[in-house]
Amino acid sequence: MTTTALTVDAKDVVKRFKGAVGGPALNGITLSIPKGQLTALVGPDGAGKTTLIRLIAGLMKPDSGSLYTLGIDVAAKPQEVQDLISYMPQRFGLYEDLSVMENLNLYADLHGVPMDERRERFDRMLSMTDMAAFTNRLAGNLSGGMKQKLGLACTLVRSPRLLLLDEPTVGVDPLSRRELWRIVQQLVEEEGLPVIVSTAYMDEAERCKHVIVMTEGQVLAQGTPDELCRPAKGRCFVAYPREGELARTLQARLIDDKRHVLDAVPESGAVRFIQAGGTEPRDLEGILLGARCEATPSRLEDGVMTLLRERATQDGHEDAVETKSSSVQLDTKDSIELIKVRDLVRQFGSFTAVASTSFSVRRGEIFGLLGPNGAGKTTTFRMLCGLLPATSGFLEVAGFNLRTARAPARARIGYVSQKFALYGNLSVTENLTFFGGAYGLGRQELNAQVERALDEFQLREKKDERSGELPGGFKQRLAMATALIHRPEILFLDEPTSGIDPLARRAFWRRITTLAAEGTTIIVTTHFMEEAEYCDRIVIQDAGRLLAIGTPHEVRSQASGAANMNEAFLEIIKKARESRPTGATAVEA
Amino acid sequence: MMTLLESITGSLRRISFLFRKEVLAILKDPAIRVILIVPIVIQSLVFGYAATYDLNHVRYAVLNESHGAASTNLLARLEGSKVFVRAATLRNSSDIARAIDNGEALLVLHFAPDFDAKLASTGSAPVQLILDGRNSTTANMAAGHLSTLIGQFNASLPNAVRPPVNIEIRAWFNPNLESRWNIVPALIASLSMIQTLLLAALSVAREREQGTFDQLLVTPLRPMEILIGKASPAITIGLVQASLVFCVALFWFRIPFQGSLVVLYVGLVAFTTACVGIGLSISALSLNMHQAMVYAFVLIMPLILLSGLVTPVGNMPTALQILTYADPLRFAIDLVRRVYLEGAGWQDVGMDFVPMLVIAAITLPVAAWLFRNRLT
Repeated sequence: MTTTALTVDAKDVVKRFKGAVGGPALNGITLSIPKGQLTALVGPDGAGKTTLIRLIAGLMKPDSGSLYTLGIDVAAKPQEVQDLISYMPQRFGLYEDLSVMENLNLYADLHGVPMDERRERFDRMLSMTDMAAFTNRLAGNLSGGMKQKLGLACTLVRSPRLLLLDEPTVGVDPLSRRELWRIVQQLVEEEGLPVIVSTAYMDEAERCKHVIVMTEGQVLAQGTPDELCRPAKGRCFVAYPREGELARTLQARLIDDKRHVLDAVPESGAVRFIQAGGTEPRDLEGILLGARCEATPSRLEDGVMTLLRERATQDGHEDAVETKSSSVQLDTKDSIELIKVRDLVRQFGSFTAVASTSFSVRRGEIFGLLGPNGAGKTTTFRMLCGLLPATSGFLEVAGFNLRTARAPARARIGYVSQKFALYGNLSVTENLTFFGGAYGLGRQELNAQVERALDEFQLREKKDERSGELPGGFKQRLAMATALIHRPEILFLDEPTSGIDPLARRAFWRRITTLAAEGTTIIVTTHFMEEAEYCDRIVIQDAGRLLAIGTPHEVRSQASGAANMNEAFLEIIKKARESRPTGATAVEA
Repeated sequence: MMTLLESITGSLRRISFLFRKEVLAILKDPAIRVILIVPIVIQSLVFGYAATYDLNHVRYAVLNESHGAASTNLLARLEGSKVFVRAATLRNSSDIARAIDNGEALLVLHFAPDFDAKLASTGSAPVQLILDGRNSTTANMAAGHLSTLIGQFNASLPNAVRPPVNIEIRAWFNPNLESRWNIVPALIASLSMIQTLLLAALSVAREREQGTFDQLLVTPLRPMEILIGKASPAITIGLVQASLVFCVALFWFRIPFQGSLVVLYVGLVAFTTACVGIGLSISALSLNMHQAMVYAFVLIMPLILLSGLVTPVGNMPTALQILTYADPLRFAIDLVRRVYLEGAGWQDVGMDFVPMLVIAAITLPVAAWLFRNRLT
């Protein structure tokens, strides 16, 4: 067989789901993945990444075309393929009521791993994932990052010849993310195991030998990360905002000029952007307004964004962010403190989730909460929203003490939870109307706000559809629209960009910066450290303690020599854990 | 005063939106929509037909050693009734045990050799009745019915010395002794309870599982408002279900309704509120729908057993009898039966309200408190 040299060999693979609207999930995929290397699948949500992985794993059959995994015809012999591979789906099925060891044993049983091999394999997996000390802990009590590591360990209870990972780092903090990647790379290097991984993080894709960019069920481009940087070559610049101007204000102007700018993100106090083809320096003069501008080498993310944006322009459908782009206001931030937190403590039994934390947030600020999984972010967040009473301390939101006047405080906040949390069998309009009513809007105002939300968040075309069946992007917009239906003074966003592709993330942040410019205070948690650059100020928490607070620039300089926020974050956490050796174990609790 | 009025109207408005949302969420789910109507009608028909211990074709045997006019006359009455069917005619007393043991007859009627003579001379004579105690309920009812026949026979005797024992009291509200009359009205309360309790038990648990409960808790809705908004649709659905069974009883089984609709429905509202209170407490305590379902089922069985629907409360051990005070179904069944069959009024069933309202007054605030204070 000639195909045995390849891990995956696909020709014109087409897969269509019954009853699905739009084009097929996979529309003529042709690719070959050589043996023994790390391959990344990237692309927007709905590009067909998961479908392709499931086809490679033999969990589904292609409608047409040929697909060989490890030289075996998947459609003809799916079981043979499944015996050779390990597959970790997006939501790995850990048994939360079983301990770490019981989960490992269960998966070993399911895969028929012989008893005498288990000991050695388990030891290796446990040392690799650093979980040897937690074998008796219930899986349900592990932090998000540790759950993923255990999932990976369970996937690897037997030695596979190909490992498939579907977005293994969604909702995982930078620290655990780095560890997961260390494990994966170790597997590739030591065991020569081929790994195919889909991811929304471009820095993860950059670590791979081979990157496949997918969109709309097709392969848009593939190659080494270096090769994929080329489309953006010579088009990447860093612009430094003028004195007194926020990076994100400049970023907003740049990203709004869709004709000349393909992408713009705030980075280390400046703005990194990609020019569209054929753009002359003078085309940008009116936007840069004298901001200093330097050329910079292109990265994988730039290349992929360029490919995706150019493709979207060709097709004529742009994920248009509806912003009042001409009216990027000056900052309305003032000295009024909308949130005051003093000596906030939250204990669960003997465990201290949040220890004596104090900070305040001014009106119109974008305030970011960063920290590893289990650091106390979510607990802090829930207390601020009035979802969880504080054990002790002072907490004032929008001028109301949360101990004595919770309902009036709640009327002034909007809340977008981590996962989609609206009524799935109610339509878009019904959801908006219900929450508007629950927030006490009068009839006329309610109608006006629902109409406004339908337009502003581009939901009108789907207004009578069940919200549970909306595509991902619509769901997120509906969640935002619902949280803003009563025009709250403060908007709480809990990991709003987890599992969202880079294009949608840009659109999301454009909306947030507009809201902030209009005077809405934003509190946001995120695992994308580069997103901290959109914030006015951030805090970094670990083990319930506040480790750093300040502007992104201040926090970066706190970690000397950190080139970007990701490094600064890792540095600050590391330093804190070294000086407080007990801290590290508390995090895992 | 103005602000109080405003806060009340604001509160009512918010509750009305929650009410509408709850009803929409229930009715838009095709699975729930079907479950709400079809099963309860089918159940009431099935229970109405199947769970009857009516006297039909009771097989009996006779050992007549007297052979006189009176005994023959009495037996003729038995033959004439549609209830009794003679399965055997015995020759001597040793046959009695065999007839009962092999289930040939449910009861044996024994006339002693001196029956007719004694009756003629003293005006009174005993008849021996041997019953199959293994089938006690039916046997008891058969015995009761037989007593009625004997009573009628006694009355027909020209020289009756002692007045016949009148056992007609037993059949006062159910002249044909149809057990269906007894069961179907009880179903109005018990069938609707099962689904109301489940529906309420799932309501908060479903929202917790899907994450929408947090979204609800960050709105200005107060726990009491959430409670009312969640309880009232469940109570409404419970009443609709009770009405469906009521219609089956009235129009299909044609059991005449003797009482006042107002008393019946006020009673049902009190009962359904208690059930919804129990259901919402379970729901607020559960982290997911699975837990809520388990808790609900664990409760439903004892609620039904302790209600007196299957076994009379009076026959239970004292400890269990005390426990029945915590069972709203016991009092609902009593109330519905008496209003339906006897036409009982406020003063007759007033005491039934007390336990139901006490249960509602405890469980509803507990549920409201748990909404916010159940740690996740």
